[in-house]
Amino acid sequence: MGSSTSLVPKSVTAAINAHGFGYFGCPHTFGQVGYRLKRTEQYIRVKPDNSSVVTDGVKHSMNPFCEIAVEEAVKLKEKKLIKEVVAVSCGPQQVQETIRTALAMGADRGIHVEVTGKDYETLGPLQVSKIMAALAKKEEAQLVILGKQAIDDDCNQTGQMTAALLDWPQGTFASELSLEGDKIKVVREIDGGLETIKINTPAVVTADLRLNTPRYATLPNIMKAKKKKIANVKPADLGVDITSRLEVLRVDEPPQRQAGMKVETVDDLVGKLKEAGMV
Amino acid sequence: MAPVGPLARISRLGSGICRNHRLIFNRSPQRRGIASCIDPAHGLSDEQREFQKVAFDFAANEMAPHMAEWDEKEMFPIETMRKAAQLGFGGIYVQPDVGGSGLSRLDTSVIFEALSTGCVSTTAYISIHNMCAWMIDTFGNTEQREKFCPDLCSMEKFASYCLTEPGSGSDAASLLTTAQLKGDHYILNGSKAFISGGGDTDVYVVMCRTGGKGPKGISCLVVEKETPGLSFGKKEKKVGWNSQPTRAVIFEDCAVPVTNRLGEEGQGFGIAMKGLNGGRINIASCSLGAAHACVQLARDHLLVRKQFGETLSNNQFLQFKLAEMATKLVASRLLVREAATALQESRSDAVSLCSMAKLFVTDECFNICNQALQMHGGYGYLKDYAVQQFVRDIRVHQILEGTNEVMRMIISRNLLTES
Repeated sequence: MGSSTSLVPKSVTAAINAHGFGYFGCPHTFGQVGYRLKRTEQYIRVKPDNSSVVTDGVKHSMNPFCEIAVEEAVKLKEKKLIKEVVAVSCGPQQVQETIRTALAMGADRGIHVEVTGKDYETLGPLQVSKIMAALAKKEEAQLVILGKQAIDDDCNQTGQMTAALLDWPQGTFASELSLEGDKIKVVREIDGGLETIKINTPAVVTADLRLNTPRYATLPNIMKAKKKKIANVKPADLGVDITSRLEVLRVDEPPQRQAGMKVETVDDLVGKLKEAGMV
Repeated sequence: MAPVGPLARISRLGSGICRNHRLIFNRSPQRRGIASCIDPAHGLSDEQREFQKVAFDFAANEMAPHMAEWDEKEMFPIETMRKAAQLGFGGIYVQPDVGGSGLSRLDTSVIFEALSTGCVSTTAYISIHNMCAWMIDTFGNTEQREKFCPDLCSMEKFASYCLTEPGSGSDAASLLTTAQLKGDHYILNGSKAFISGGGDTDVYVVMCRTGGKGPKGISCLVVEKETPGLSFGKKEKKVGWNSQPTRAVIFEDCAVPVTNRLGEEGQGFGIAMKGLNGGRINIASCSLGAAHACVQLARDHLLVRKQFGETLSNNQFLQFKLAEMATKLVASRLLVREAATALQESRSDAVSLCSMAKLFVTDECFNICNQALQMHGGYGYLKDYAVQQFVRDIRVHQILEGTNEVMRMIISRNLLTES
């Protein structure tokens, strides 16, 4: 799932950034909105052969930025600005749990793109964005919302690639989103502060942390979600080739933190820094 | 804070802090997502896992960060409980037509177990509230259900269960609060003791004597807070359960309309006991959640604390002790869930099983939490560490809703009675 992953030693739970979902909208003004959900791990070790991280028996859950994306789509629907919210996830059978969580939050239906085994291990942003682009066209979406990045691989690529493949405008790192006629106003979090842009629809947006606070699913909604449909699709059905162009050579844990050193005076500090060749 | 220092440090702050990291690790390990033999999700349906997830999320985000403050300042967290009610936790096994969630006893147990990892005391009160809402839902007539249940399910109003008196605890059927019929009202005189929520709640489900001695003379009345003649004793100072106020409830010529009686005269004791069957599963579930949290806390501590040149987790005695704790935890969980299923299906062994579950689980889980405290050494005794609050909070589970001695009475009666 990407080249080298930054991990933390066993005794600390990894706090990782999330990868996003895509949302689809339909061609009318009040469109469908769809999104892609990613299941990510929360506690990880590197496999003994350094080929990847251990995923067996590790609890997975919806990528936090994906939760934010789901929430945004559901809010747009509640404001009656869009007609339908479709949740999409690519992966093996277990991703259906993640789709169900999205349905319990308020999505109308789900699409499970089946990718299993070795294919799933090598599934990266490029392949996912091809799938998303194909689905966006098939569903005639107006808006695709993803989380800005996944907390397992931190790629931060799927949203951008999807927009490029569709030749749609993109509003990434969104901390505010509003629909104005047939345009979307996006406030983006950038290095220098906040940037406000207006993009045409159809468009791709990726959700950043401060876009909203995801709701808890309520017990009644969880029960209603059981009745909502999840369609099964294979990448081949969408005409997408998911062979990876990347080969993961090696995955390593970050180096163990070395003990620090205390010095008495500023001169000592400068001396030590010079010794280490840092000054 | 030394032994758990590294755990409290969060890697990669900056752009990607997800909601989980509002938690302080040494207080809220339940979000660590470690798959293991004590995972409470094992054996549950997909839907139950969803319920459990919401409950765990709510516990970790809305309850755990405040559990110490609620305990120290003795705060009744009304806003948090109302948030829980919005998710459907106000009337979990109450029927949907009056605002409940209509779930099973097993679903309920799973939910309370998860919520309890956030704050035992608050969850226990929520379970008492649920029990009262269910009693009105099940034994009330249409008017009563429509009048009381919707507000209770949304927690617009809060409820209390009033059975125990200063003179009748285990011997509940000997209660003395009288309810004399005068026209279309009952006039109540007497007092109830140790009432959870008493004084701060709005709806009191009161067992009182309308007839002769013994259980057959007892009826169940719903008394509303502002009724003249209803007053409360001082707020009790307790070892735990401090996020819920406990007071005596006093009736002095308190007039309650006959239309507030649940069921017929003489049915009150039966209603009370039926409520308690579910209540016992709920309290046991709360103990489970506390024990689960404590096993994780102990585990985390063993992995970090070093003595004699290595982490405590290398010490065989502690490894074995942890294994025993985990085994008892899983055994307890299985018993509670079986009792919940039996109650849901109205099986003939339901009452005994609920008593067995309450007896076994509250005792075992207290021992687990106590052991976890011991494993923390001196730190376990400090209020900075959550383990002591779990121990204090679940100690009372061995006493209320029928002491564990009374549970033995129920079970032995089942064994020794010729059928």
